[in-house]
Amino acid sequence: MSDYILMMISAIFANNILLIKFLGNCPFVGVSTSLESAIGMSGAALFVNVMASCITWMVYNFVLVPFELEYLRTVVFILVIASLVQLVEIVLQKVAPALYRALGIYLPLITTNCMIFGVAVLNVQQKHTFMETLVYSIATAIGWDLALLILAGIRERFALGKIPTLFQGFPIALITAGMMGLCFAGFLGLGQ
Amino acid sequence: MSSIITACLIMAILGLILSFFLGIAAKVFYVETDPRIEQILDMLPGANCGGCGYAGCSDYAEAIVKKNEKPNKCVGCGADVIEKICAIIGTKATIEERKVARIRCAGDNTKAKFEFKYIGAKDCHAAMLLNGGNKACKYGCLGLGSCIRACPFGALSMGENGIPVVDEDLCTGCGNCVKACPRDIPQLYPVSQKVLPLCNNPLKGKVVKQVCSVGCIGCNLCVKKCPEKAIKMVNGLPVIDNNKCTGCFECVKRCPTGAMSKLIKEVKEEDKVEANAA
Repeated sequence: MSDYILMMISAIFANNILLIKFLGNCPFVGVSTSLESAIGMSGAALFVNVMASCITWMVYNFVLVPFELEYLRTVVFILVIASLVQLVEIVLQKVAPALYRALGIYLPLITTNCMIFGVAVLNVQQKHTFMETLVYSIATAIGWDLALLILAGIRERFALGKIPTLFQGFPIALITAGMMGLCFAGFLGLGQ
Repeated sequence: MSSIITACLIMAILGLILSFFLGIAAKVFYVETDPRIEQILDMLPGANCGGCGYAGCSDYAEAIVKKNEKPNKCVGCGADVIEKICAIIGTKATIEERKVARIRCAGDNTKAKFEFKYIGAKDCHAAMLLNGGNKACKYGCLGLGSCIRACPFGALSMGENGIPVVDEDLCTGCGNCVKACPRDIPQLYPVSQKVLPLCNNPLKGKVVKQVCSVGCIGCNLCVKKCPEKAIKMVNGLPVIDNNKCTGCFECVKRCPTGAMSKLIKEVKEEDKVEANAA
């Protein structure tokens, strides 16, 4: 049990998937302009990350390993993730139209989120068991959400601050993201 | 060689299984959509301004088809577009006269007095927090352009002396600037309105005179001199009955401060026709 807790803390803070491992940076800068859309994106990312990690783990261990096709990992994982996102979209549109409209464009965007693929690969690389895969994917997604929400909160405040014209928009967002990365680097040594 | 075959087979089987699931899901979870919604959505401006009272163009298009909403609520659509929408859903709608926003303050940097220099955030709401703004007139335009940023059609721009200017051709009358202004200075008026007091200050003449040279002092001259009796005083400001106003501009000539103003553009022929039809 303590292993799992340690793994979670490590994945959320010390080895934050976004700020330390630099995965999933495009939506990090793209969707963090308002807190509302950031919340939608983080919910969708958490859901898809857990689903994708579990399914890719099963496909890898039950299909690719027995047939000695480990080298097909990248292609197969992309195939699985893309179909999964498509499936989730179809189901959500019918079952929860309100949620579907709230997530809107962010759901299909997740197909191209490097974090989803990165976590799927990390899971098989580090030879996680199924439980470990589950915990690790939840924890990385929480870490990613945390960083995204913090940046979105900061960027909303930029609207009121006096920022030199040179830095307005993306430059200041990138500088902020860099500083956040430094802050999270302070957690290194914590956890595993 | 055999490994290539297994790889191809496994990929094909995986692809088949996944597409099978997707196909089933698409059938089971099929959501029926009315094609008319899409058609109407294509015709709407797509600015999502909210002038119709719905969250966006897609919400409004859905309401037209499903809830029998009137198609004439879109402020950004011309008469031709509304007619086309009517043809799709098979109803008729009266076309109301187009409204445009007017900035009811003429007290620019050269005419209004200032109490202090404001160097804070360029936002009218922020400036309001600081002793009610830097203009001595507490009803006048703060000139920081909150309304300009709120306009989804780019119809507002900052004038030379710090009062926003409305481009009548671009303005659709969605009312976003009205909501954005902390002092309710922009208001919507029919495009055919000929005169308007460009002042928002209801206070007595002496007080107004002290803070601005073009404020309405509430002298009632326009009310008395109007040959059509089209002007009434409401809360210290003249209100014009557009149906009675003939555009003789007697009130503009008589106004001692110049607050009563001719609305610059001539009324367009097509708008006149629309007004009559409505």
